[in-house]
Amino acid sequence: MTLSKIWVYAEVADGEVSSSTLELLTKARELADTVECVYAGDDADDIAETLGEYGCETVHQTGDLDGSLVGVPVAAAIAAACEDGDGPDAVLAATSYDGRDVAARLSVKTDRPVITNVVNLELDGDSLVGTEPIFGGTTEVKTKFSGEGPFIVLMRPKSVPAEPSDGSEADVEDLDVPDLGSSGGAQVTGRHAEESDGPKLDEAGVVVSGGRGLGEADKYEMVESLAKLLNGAAGASRAIVDAGWVPYSYQVGQTGKVVKPDVYIAAGISGATQHLVGMKGSKTIIAINKDPEAPIFGVADLGIVGDVHKVVPKLIEALEGR
Amino acid sequence: MNVVVCVKQIPDPADPGALDAETKTLKRDVKLILDESDSYGVEMALQLVDAAGEGEVTLVSMAPNNERSGLSTALAMGAASAVLVSDPALQGSDSLTTAKVIAAAIKDQSPDLIIAGSESSDGYTGTVPEQIAGVLDMPSVTAAKSIEVDGQSVNVQRQTDAGHDDVVCPMPCVISVTAGVVEPRYPSFKGIMAAKSKPVDEKTVADLGMDAGAVGWAGAGQDIVEVTEAEQREAGEIIEDDGEAFAKIVSFLEENKVI
Repeated sequence: MTLSKIWVYAEVADGEVSSSTLELLTKARELADTVECVYAGDDADDIAETLGEYGCETVHQTGDLDGSLVGVPVAAAIAAACEDGDGPDAVLAATSYDGRDVAARLSVKTDRPVITNVVNLELDGDSLVGTEPIFGGTTEVKTKFSGEGPFIVLMRPKSVPAEPSDGSEADVEDLDVPDLGSSGGAQVTGRHAEESDGPKLDEAGVVVSGGRGLGEADKYEMVESLAKLLNGAAGASRAIVDAGWVPYSYQVGQTGKVVKPDVYIAAGISGATQHLVGMKGSKTIIAINKDPEAPIFGVADLGIVGDVHKVVPKLIEALEGR
Repeated sequence: MNVVVCVKQIPDPADPGALDAETKTLKRDVKLILDESDSYGVEMALQLVDAAGEGEVTLVSMAPNNERSGLSTALAMGAASAVLVSDPALQGSDSLTTAKVIAAAIKDQSPDLIIAGSESSDGYTGTVPEQIAGVLDMPSVTAAKSIEVDGQSVNVQRQTDAGHDDVVCPMPCVISVTAGVVEPRYPSFKGIMAAKSKPVDEKTVADLGMDAGAVGWAGAGQDIVEVTEAEQREAGEIIEDDGEAFAKIVSFLEENKVI
């Protein structure tokens, strides 16, 4: 048995459909007869081909939201469609800033729970069961929706593969946004992108992350140099983000980015559960830490018990000499 | 300017605890502490009230067994008072129910601004602040890096994947803040002593005008059907650096065709 209709909240980054959206579409095809998307904007025509390729039949676009943050209007539009009987049995969104807003607001509007941090989703009769890792991924909990739909699910990026289905271009339809009353007041007045060169943290083949073991903010430079030499991206543990050494966009972990590179190098990171959740799906892991008892060594393929300030500069020198 | 800060009291993350196999909820027999993620919201609120020159910071928390050790930390930092919702019926509450309970407790305070952490360190659903805003029918901004009050609105820098957005939001509203945005103050000895006499208003579900049958497991709309140990990665080779360990890394990178 499958659900009859799932809506995926489609997100775009740098003009392209986000990889997490494509993952959700791939998963949704397995669970429902009809897969459609909800999109915040008026330019869904630009992404209809890609979404169609991954199994989306129709994109419901809200139109220009005039700078409003998307959570309130998108949730109101989905809830209105559900009330009119045109809505889906389930709504899937990625664990992203906007995805969380949409799911949370929708849950209030429809008075339905959200199952969050899901890494896998299965059918069970006419309901859905989500798998969520807890305690840093040492334990998995399966949670089933017990009431009626719409079932609202927030899925962690990179949990399932994105595979195209050779579908044809999706149709684009307008979705009405009802009056938002007093809840719709937040307006975006400016957007700022941080300069970054090299591959993106969550897409890079190699990620080098630094932690508290670096000792001071200035030492983060060697993490960046090493990442650059390996054509990879630089990341960070929550501890040094909280300490203000690097921006939040560098953070790998439960809060922050989930990364699954071919090689992950943890320099001066002890491996708190918060961090392990975000990187232990990496193909291989190298850890450098002076504490032999550090939990990071429990997941490392190659563990170096030593001083990052000695090992990393030598490694950089050796790589530069090649 | 009156600010409510939503705070969670959690088991110490350094000792993450376990699930109670019978109740399928987090074992909370250990001492609870203020979630570090919430200390940023408390600090932010104290700074905003300070800048406004009037008003106070009120804490709202939901916890089992009238637990208040985490609240004491935030009161010692400078919050004026707290509302603590504690009721056995709340066990098993999902994020939506939690938001309804906290929203009901906030309503009586009529704050200008409600601040919460972006996500708790233990449950990390990351949906509660936005759900509170939904229940209160207020506008909201999540993932704030900074908040500045400007007349009847707040100017917020909101974290994005690419950098940040400038967002203007009318008050009253709900703002969730990311960790690391301000430096939370350490409670002073004077603050710790003063906290002991600050009012903590304890409320039950019934006090909030809510039905005990609509909260906790009964109101959750979801059931935990299975709890299993996840498959673990096996540790590989661990070596002590003798000055040449970098060469091991070089060959590992070669084997994995990174270089």
